[in-house]
Amino acid sequence: MQNSIGAPKQRLSLSDPRVRAWVFQIVTIVAVISLGWFLFDNTQTNLEHRGITSGFGFLERSAGFGIAQHLIDYTEADSYARVFVIGLLNTLLVTFIGVILATILGFIIGVARLSKNWIISKLATVYVEVFRNIPPLLQILFWYFAVFLTMPGPRAAHNFGDTFFVSSRGLNMPAALVAEGFWPFVISIVLAIVAIVLMTRWANKRFEATGEPFHKFWVGLALFLVIPALCAVIFGAPVHWEMPELKGFNFVGGWVLIPELLALTLALTVYTAAFIAEIVRSGIKSVSHGQTEAAHSLGLRNGPTLRKVIIPQALRVIIPPLTSQYLNLAKNSSLAAGIGYPEMVSLFAGTVLNQTGQAIEVIAITMSVYLAISISISLLMNWYNKRIALIER
Amino acid sequence: MKLLKSTLAVVTAAAVLGVSGFAQAGATLDAVQKKGFVQCGVSDGLPGFSVPDSTGKIVGIDADFCRAVAAAVFGDATKVKFSQLNAKERFTALQSGEIDMLSRNSTMTSSRDAGMGLKFPGFITYYDGIGFLANSKLGVKSAKELDGATICIQAGTTTELNVSDYFRANGLKYTPITFDTSDESAKSLESGRCDVLTSDKSQLFAQRSKLASPKDYVVLPETISKEPLGPVVRNGDDEWLAIVRWTGFAMLNAEEAGVTSKNVEAEAKSTKNPDVARMLGADGEYGKDLKLPKDWVVQIVKQVGNYGEMFERNLGKDTPLQIDRGLNALWNAGGIQYAPPVR
Repeated sequence: MQNSIGAPKQRLSLSDPRVRAWVFQIVTIVAVISLGWFLFDNTQTNLEHRGITSGFGFLERSAGFGIAQHLIDYTEADSYARVFVIGLLNTLLVTFIGVILATILGFIIGVARLSKNWIISKLATVYVEVFRNIPPLLQILFWYFAVFLTMPGPRAAHNFGDTFFVSSRGLNMPAALVAEGFWPFVISIVLAIVAIVLMTRWANKRFEATGEPFHKFWVGLALFLVIPALCAVIFGAPVHWEMPELKGFNFVGGWVLIPELLALTLALTVYTAAFIAEIVRSGIKSVSHGQTEAAHSLGLRNGPTLRKVIIPQALRVIIPPLTSQYLNLAKNSSLAAGIGYPEMVSLFAGTVLNQTGQAIEVIAITMSVYLAISISISLLMNWYNKRIALIER
Repeated sequence: MKLLKSTLAVVTAAAVLGVSGFAQAGATLDAVQKKGFVQCGVSDGLPGFSVPDSTGKIVGIDADFCRAVAAAVFGDATKVKFSQLNAKERFTALQSGEIDMLSRNSTMTSSRDAGMGLKFPGFITYYDGIGFLANSKLGVKSAKELDGATICIQAGTTTELNVSDYFRANGLKYTPITFDTSDESAKSLESGRCDVLTSDKSQLFAQRSKLASPKDYVVLPETISKEPLGPVVRNGDDEWLAIVRWTGFAMLNAEEAGVTSKNVEAEAKSTKNPDVARMLGADGEYGKDLKLPKDWVVQIVKQVGNYGEMFERNLGKDTPLQIDRGLNALWNAGGIQYAPPVR
């Protein structure tokens, strides 16, 4: 580039800003790399010096302790690597449920705050101000110790029709076990979804050609209910229910949502929803009132105005800060250590670290996991943001 | 200039990081003497072992052992600072050099003694074993009846492993709920989140004494594991290890020889027993080999007491815990506490 047309010939000299820029860049890179190497080497030497085992061999050793909640099969004889997967899945479970519930609750509260109804809007304001301003750890401890653990013991559990039981051991409910009609049922749901997609396409095409609207929602709902129901009648029930039963110390059979999971999910949902509500409110406020008036003057009613005009524009403002709320929720799930929910930090960076003593490896793995979860959420949201962004023509 | 500055910053940071962190034989004693106190890791609140009293002073057998080491090194049992650590934090705090020694009801096991950069000096403060604390409403008489029970355990302990071993060996099922601190476990037992709480037996008595209505809870008869609890030091500093080890042994030997905090000064001057004379520095220079003052045992016993005094003061008959000496009696009194001689 130095000999491009019009530029005077120059020798390599530090007085040339471009040369200087390059020199600085190279020096910085060398400094960063050598600092990194130095830290790595220093750690290695110190570990060796003190006789601390290092490396990732410990992952294959058998763990030997029990875990309260595991989404995949686990026995004490399984390896630390499997414990890692269990911790990861438990973290992802809380993050996944939390993100979905917080988004729904946040949207409702955000819209409620803009409501013309005085009571609704004030209630929403109070909700936001209360839950946004209490530290999440306190909220988790509150839900756990003050709400769930004050429930009666399993022998005196709140009984909802002999199917659902709420006690200090959590929420016990019937388990759906695979029965003979399971796979036909799954196929029928796929068929129903395909039918709905085809119906929507046809209806949209007809609407664009003739302007005649079609009851897409009701027809879609009917398709979704009728096809699987028919299938269940023909092939038999897809699942059979295993009821929880009080036996010995606790309920046996069925599924249980442990109070640690309930408290953590609820606390994170309620906390994050307060932030999401504000984001939603700011997004809707950012769309100028002129847009509503223009839509009305084109003859659109209130519903379509909101769905087709306001929300698409509001989403452009909402999505970027929403992403950081999702990231916060994922990271806040690590506060579960306070109530003994077995997720990454309490299970892997806690118990496993302590049993193996390999702090550096365990912490490095844990940090990479949170980095990976956060980056995945970011990438997904950035992709969605790009899709809904204003396309300039 | 900017470049120079940033390079300087990098070099300084590297130098600071590089210098710190190397453990060498003798380094701990030198560092302790330089700063003027022993930084000792104790538990986050366990009656009888280490717990703050009404004046904020940390009392208990683990805390007293820290004081004994300070008395040996400085001739002053008050020259000790405590770090209250939970089970998960304790070994990392020692590995990283945050504390000089750990005296926190920690079980000696082979994997902790090798491969974690730690060493157990071999003096056992308290021979313990795991037991169960159950709500008496459950009507459970034995640990064998605990099939299907939900159990509260403290995270990062050998208890987690030993309970799992016991239930597997007996073909029983259980659900573990693990908490970071013993207070959280106790709260969960009271609220009924778990049926039983499991821990070292000594801790069960201590935790029961902290519950709202201790009489509603029973300690089951079984002891399901061996838990020798003792102090821990960093690997690679044999000199410091020897000081901690012999502080403990000296306290046992003092009890065996009948030397107590009351008679130690008189004994040091006028004893006719050659064994006691050697131990108390009246004959020979046994403290010197350990790089300790000549009267190190006199200071330990005078300020902290012998092992028996330390035990009775914190755990014995006159305390709320009322724990029997049992295994922790001297070898010639029906227990297994046996110390090699000072000579």
